[in-house]
Amino acid sequence: MADKPVVVVGAGPAGLCAAIELKKAGAPVVLLDENDKPGGQLFKQIHKFFGSREHKAGTRGFDIGTGLLDESLRLGIDVRLKTEVVGVDPGLRVWAVEDRGRSYLLEASRLVIATGATENALSFPGWTLPGVMTAGCAQTLVNVYRVLPGKRVLIIGSGNVGVIVGYQLMQAGAEVVGVVEAAPTLGGYGVHTAKLARAGVPFHVRTTVARAEGGESLERATIVGLDDSFKPLPGTERTLEVDTICLAVGLTPSVELPSLAGCATTYVPELGGRMPLHDEYMRSSVEEVYVVGDTAGVEEASTAMEEGRLAGIHAAWSLGYLDDAAMEAGAAETRRRLDALRQGVFGKKRFDAKSRVLEESHNR
Amino acid sequence: MNVPERTLKTKGAPSLGELEAAGMLPGLEDLKARACLCIECVEEIPCNPCETSCPRGAIRVGSPITNLPALDRDKCTACGLCIPACPGIAITIKRVEGEKATIRFPWEYLPRPEAGDEVRMVDRLGRVVCPGRVTGVNEAARNDRTAVVTAEFASEHVLSVVSMQRGPR
Ligand SMILES: Cc1cc2nc3c(=O)[nH]c(=O)nc-3n(C[C@H](O)[C@H](O)[C@H](O)COP(=O)(O)OP(=O)(O)OC[C@H]3O[C@@H](n4cnc5c(N)ncnc54)[C@H](O)[C@@H]3O)c2cc1C
Ligand code: SF4
Ligand code: SF4
Repeated sequence: MADKPVVVVGAGPAGLCAAIELKKAGAPVVLLDENDKPGGQLFKQIHKFFGSREHKAGTRGFDIGTGLLDESLRLGIDVRLKTEVVGVDPGLRVWAVEDRGRSYLLEASRLVIATGATENALSFPGWTLPGVMTAGCAQTLVNVYRVLPGKRVLIIGSGNVGVIVGYQLMQAGAEVVGVVEAAPTLGGYGVHTAKLARAGVPFHVRTTVARAEGGESLERATIVGLDDSFKPLPGTERTLEVDTICLAVGLTPSVELPSLAGCATTYVPELGGRMPLHDEYMRSSVEEVYVVGDTAGVEEASTAMEEGRLAGIHAAWSLGYLDDAAMEAGAAETRRRLDALRQGVFGKKRFDAKSRVLEESHNR
Repeated sequence: MNVPERTLKTKGAPSLGELEAAGMLPGLEDLKARACLCIECVEEIPCNPCETSCPRGAIRVGSPITNLPALDRDKCTACGLCIPACPGIAITIKRVEGEKATIRFPWEYLPRPEAGDEVRMVDRLGRVVCPGRVTGVNEAARNDRTAVVTAEFASEHVLSVVSMQRGPR
């Protein structure tokens, strides 16, 4: 048995679940997160979640986060907050910086990387004006800091993130003057877009933002129609008075730490772009390093939790804390739930993409 | 027969025709006979709180969890428990009694409406359809901060009305 702990980086749903499974199996575990509160994205999510009862569906995101946090505290997991991991070397030494002041090295027996994803930006004339921000930023402002970023909001991108943030901005008292989408059809779940539609929010498909204008900060945005090859259509420009633009144009897995650890990556557009390869136990190309959650391909909190559990179970087994039967049973159960989540028109694409990742990982 | 106009993926909300094609909406005759659950959830998404919240087993999603919810109208008592449980804000209960229609719908905006409020009923695209009056607001703790509002309006609009207009905060 190892005395060195398993180090889990990132205390979002994926990292919390990985740490919980490890601790339950009796493995020493240290969970690190740069924020002063664990929960990752969950603490910004004031809406009721999708998924099944097993994934606490119908529960608001932050309540799911609180539940996972309580469980990790009950289990006595060593959670170190305000601790940023700035480096990992191939010898599995983790370089942590605490409170931006003290730095130390942690030797890990296994490493679970659960650092989430970063939001994509979009550049257009005027995009540096104050008032232009990512949707996640607007969501943090309203739901964590309780500051309304503006009164009249234009959302760029109709995926779930864009429409959920739009709904939450309306709940906080803002007007959403429109949602623009470059594709010919809307991206988000119909039940989410319908919440905005019935509040009178217009959706503009085949449209993008041409420019943003204003003096000290954003005052106007001009949107423009697109042809089939996504080129602006002359004569379709329209100017809207807005003080906020939210960019919801996708997320990219945070691959910095996996890259430093030497994990091989691949490019999968359906999962957010460049991401580390992993096998069916969420193990990267480096045997001792696991990648889970949005870092291992952008999906959802429900899938992130299952991937975290899967990695936790397998890492515990690999260190001798679980026997073969317990590991196989636990892994099969989480995989069954993962498969169930990756069905339907939306999930199927991710299921196929994940299958390609597994195949590529095996063929290496 | 003409193909229903499809608006879910372009305007954000399904057209009446799209919903009827999915076979989820009650007909006018049903609405006159009793209070009917209306589930407006026509895409395969991984979600089932409607199923697990129903004490009567009237809604079935089953496995895989991406199945569309299927309602057994004979089992449904229109108790309304599934309304606040649905994260899609996609379930209402409607009923027609003569000239008057009533709707129970989920509501997550401030300020909270109160019984007696005169409001404007809206359709799926947020267009004001007719005036309405709030007759009740259920804010039970188990709703977890989703209010369930009951409102009355003219029954001729029962198929198009889904909610009410949001007021200024
Ligand atoms: C607007 C919006 C709505 C959503 N709605 C839903 C929904 O309804 N249902 C659903 O299932 N999913 C939803 N999601 C998706 C869900 O939030 C994410 O998929 C999920 O949070 C991913 O979990 P994670 O643990 O991989 O990453 P995260 O939750 O992002 O957690 C990663 C954590 O790692 C920390 N971290 C990163 N780098 C470092 C480092 N170097 N050192 C230390 N710490 C670090 C981060 O600060 C963060 O706390 C939504 C997302 C958004 C943005
Ligand atoms: S109204 Fe009540 S009985 Fe009918 S489906 Fe909903 S929860 Fe079940
Ligand atoms: S709970 Fe609502 S959104 Fe989820 S499947 Fe049921 S009806 Fe659809």
